[in-house]
Amino acid sequence: MHQQDEDHPHVFPESRKPGEILFVTISMTIALLLLAAIPWQTTWLPGKGLAAQPRLWPALSLGGIVLFGLLNAMSRVRVTRTPGRWQEAGVWLRSLEFIGWYMLYVLVIPVIGYLIATLAFCTGLALRMGYRGRTVWIAAGFGLFVVLFFKSGMNVKIPSGAIYDHAPGSLRYILMRYF
Amino acid sequence: MDSFLDGLQLLARFDVIAALLIGSIGGVLVGAMPGVGAAVAIAIALPVTFSLEPIVGLTLLLGIYGSSMYGGAIPAILVNTPGTPVNALTTYDGYPMTKRGEARRALSLAYSASFIGAMLSIIALMLLAPVLARVAPMFGAREIFLAALLGIVLVVVTHRGQVLPAAILACLGIFLSTIGIEPSAYTQRFTFGQSWLQSGVDLIVVVLGLFAISQALVLLMDKDKRVALPHVEKVGFFTQMRDLWICKRIAAVASSFGVICGMIPGVGEFMSQFMSYSYAQRTSKTPEAFGKGNPEGIVASEAANNSVPAAAMIPLLALGIPGEELTAMMLAVFYVHNVVPGPRLFAQQMDFIYALYIGLFILNVIVVAFLFFSTRTLMKVMLIPNRFLGIMILTFSLIGIYTLRNSLTDVAVATAFGFFGFILKRLELPTSPIILGIVLGKLMEDRLRIAMARVREPWDFIDRPIAFVLFLMIVAAIAVQIWTVVRARRKGRTDG
Repeated sequence: MHQQDEDHPHVFPESRKPGEILFVTISMTIALLLLAAIPWQTTWLPGKGLAAQPRLWPALSLGGIVLFGLLNAMSRVRVTRTPGRWQEAGVWLRSLEFIGWYMLYVLVIPVIGYLIATLAFCTGLALRMGYRGRTVWIAAGFGLFVVLFFKSGMNVKIPSGAIYDHAPGSLRYILMRYF
Repeated sequence: MDSFLDGLQLLARFDVIAALLIGSIGGVLVGAMPGVGAAVAIAIALPVTFSLEPIVGLTLLLGIYGSSMYGGAIPAILVNTPGTPVNALTTYDGYPMTKRGEARRALSLAYSASFIGAMLSIIALMLLAPVLARVAPMFGAREIFLAALLGIVLVVVTHRGQVLPAAILACLGIFLSTIGIEPSAYTQRFTFGQSWLQSGVDLIVVVLGLFAISQALVLLMDKDKRVALPHVEKVGFFTQMRDLWICKRIAAVASSFGVICGMIPGVGEFMSQFMSYSYAQRTSKTPEAFGKGNPEGIVASEAANNSVPAAAMIPLLALGIPGEELTAMMLAVFYVHNVVPGPRLFAQQMDFIYALYIGLFILNVIVVAFLFFSTRTLMKVMLIPNRFLGIMILTFSLIGIYTLRNSLTDVAVATAFGFFGFILKRLELPTSPIILGIVLGKLMEDRLRIAMARVREPWDFIDRPIAFVLFLMIVAAIAVQIWTVVRARRKGRTDG
């Protein structure tokens, strides 16, 4: 470590990250709302000691969030702000696209089956990311490997697709059991 | 001796050896992929191991845990990008050595220092086992409560520069642990009338969201980086291992720091590395060469971080208190397999404890042998594009979540935590206090309730020697933090 760091411990970060205050504000608001909900979301048992009260730990933890949140806001408000709060919020929101992809993947598995859904997810996302040619085939190969290793090999519990019901007898069993 | 032989017998099975091999080599591979790391790999593999026998599942995860840092040194040294966060200090001296054409020497030093660190840590663990067996039963409810509280305090205060956010996130973790039907009076807490919240927030679901899905989002939102692999000469690694002899003092001291920091809940790799690196620089004949390719810097960093995993098992096994997020995940595996860490484990299942030690020893031998012969091939995993890794992690994480309970709700909760974890990572805020908050929060609530039944006055709580020492440590940790803040403010750092 550099000598300077030894003399001046890095207690306060040099600058505020874009979106930091936005994040703290949202978190504090949620914590305050939850704290306000304590009377009807927890129970106070008459005649019991404080340590045995079901309300104690939610109150302590939410109180801690609010207290440390306030202290944090006080210590950070004077720190040099890096501009770009709303651009950063935009990055957060853009990431929801991939959560959408993921949820869609999860939702279609019980319909089209794990094999087709995984192949479509891997290749579709690879195309979305701008990969073309060999990389897309590698993505498909990876999807196939995952299905063969986990579902066919290790028999992990993943629902089979409704589409398999239309397959003839023994093939239907194989599809449901291994793919 | 009987327990040792029984432990050896537990491991002498084909499936256990296969799990050790897959875990240790898999750990090196994920460690060598910047952006993946042990936390993501363990989070994904965790639910899959539930269907395996305890010793098989545990050795698999232990393999990933104990070997990822070896792999993490490879991109740190060759392309200036740490494979896992704890390899960051290795870049300081590793990459300049690569630029000087000494990549193979730097890698050799990193591997051998890591091996020495891990071995010393395992030896310390084995020597401490009989002591632990005697001391652990002295830990009653109040001592375990205070030890868990100390863990929370330490995990907060060791996040230098982020103490208040870490405290907020630890409190969030504790709050999450309270959701659902509480186990003493069976009242509901923050369920909002939703049946899916009655069983609480599952730790594994949170872990998968915070570590795996969030990291996938980080990678998918990033740009692919062009990695140019440097030339690594074909000289035998063993011929260069003798370099370590020159730095033997640094290796021994760094390993000792690693063992001590690993044993204290909440401290871990970063603190041990910081202390070792500072020590190495202070006592070096060439302190000015640190950060410019000094072999002592690599030894200090790698020996310190690799001696932590075995040492971190000490509080986990003896008291059931995890020191950081990876041991918190390991704790989940113990519970799933009905292995309850704590004083009784040492009294009743010493063979199991020895099996874990021997497993750790074997995995380190496997890893070093694997690395010495396959580094040049292994380097190619660094060429996998970031965003492709993101696709891989998302695909794998589905298996992890679905294997738990086949529940769509779990998937939705995990993705919500994934989004939250993504924001935390964008803001460079830590995620480990949340995990420790969940694990230790539940433990603290339970132990405090039991302890307070026997306490009449506040002083009674700390009237036993161990409880008193733990209490003093908590007070000291908080006092040092306050003093550090006051000192920094006096030096005019309030604006920074």
